[in-house]
Amino acid sequence: MIYEKPNLNYLKEISGGDLEFEEKLLIIVKKELPEEINSYKKFLNENNFKQAAELVHKIKHKISILGLEKSYQVAIDYEEELKQDNLNLKLEFEEILNSMICFIKMV
Amino acid sequence: MKSIIIDDEEMARAIIDKLSSNNKNLNLIESFSNAIEAIKYLNQNSVDLIFLDIHMPTFTGFDLLQTLKNPPKVILTTSDKNFAIEAFEYDCIVDYLVKPVTQERFDKAVQKATLFSQTNKVESKPKDTEVINELYVNIDRRLVKINFATINLIEAKGDYILIKTDSKNYTVHSTMKKIEEKLPDDLFLKVHRSFIINTTKIIDIEDNSVLIGNNVIPVSRSNRPELMKRLNLL
Repeated sequence: MIYEKPNLNYLKEISGGDLEFEEKLLIIVKKELPEEINSYKKFLNENNFKQAAELVHKIKHKISILGLEKSYQVAIDYEEELKQDNLNLKLEFEEILNSMICFIKMV
Repeated sequence: MKSIIIDDEEMARAIIDKLSSNNKNLNLIESFSNAIEAIKYLNQNSVDLIFLDIHMPTFTGFDLLQTLKNPPKVILTTSDKNFAIEAFEYDCIVDYLVKPVTQERFDKAVQKATLFSQTNKVESKPKDTEVINELYVNIDRRLVKINFATINLIEAKGDYILIKTDSKNYTVHSTMKKIEEKLPDDLFLKVHRSFIINTTKIIDIEDNSVLIGNNVIPVSRSNRPELMKRLNLL
């Protein structure tokens, strides 16, 4: 299991102090991430692993935006494994999702 | 440079937009969430540079590039490192940015695009001597581009010709005479009635044959002097 905390380091680095931009990005993440997680879970329940992998692909970018470098690698591996109908990394990936959801509720 | 973004993710578009605004060489004029809309735009407007996402639903970045006749310079933006090799197949792609993209890496890619465009400007001055580097062949009703530099040899096969490249072989309904006319003389030479070779790909020559990759090609007696003339012999 990976222990790393979501953070805004990347966002702050590229914003160069532009708070409006940071806010805009966070609004997108707050809106899209829960929707994408719901779709991911729906596809998983339907055993539609190819589509679930597509959702992991979308979420992957948000993982990297929130500074989760090691988790990003987990998502890359999980996306590939899902395409082969392999769910080995499911729990680890969903732990990452939980920590992201907690984080975006706080910021 | 006039540029556009094509990416299905709103967040990715917002980030490239921000990074562009910090780069004085760029003038970002449009942003598209799907390739189809972008193609419509590109058919009526000219741009210098596209920031293009590869992984998009239904129509990928590579699909888009294949539809454009004269694509502008392209910087690929992607979460996948796996596409890098495919990217090398396109002459218009100047760089490959893996998300998340930092300002420093972004600026470096833009600089490459700028240099690329300056070099091309110098090269494109004498238009009447424009160099063609590739050949389009008809395979199953698709026009497939083959770069001359990747061709190892061409072999006659009855009504067909077999074009052997570094990565693939193409069987095309054509004649040796027709393809010979399309190939640049400085690279290719007919060494036998049934074989044209890329002379830069020769590994060795033995009496009446040449080795290219793992193919041993016969050299006819009448073509041998021309082949020998091409060699930088010690």
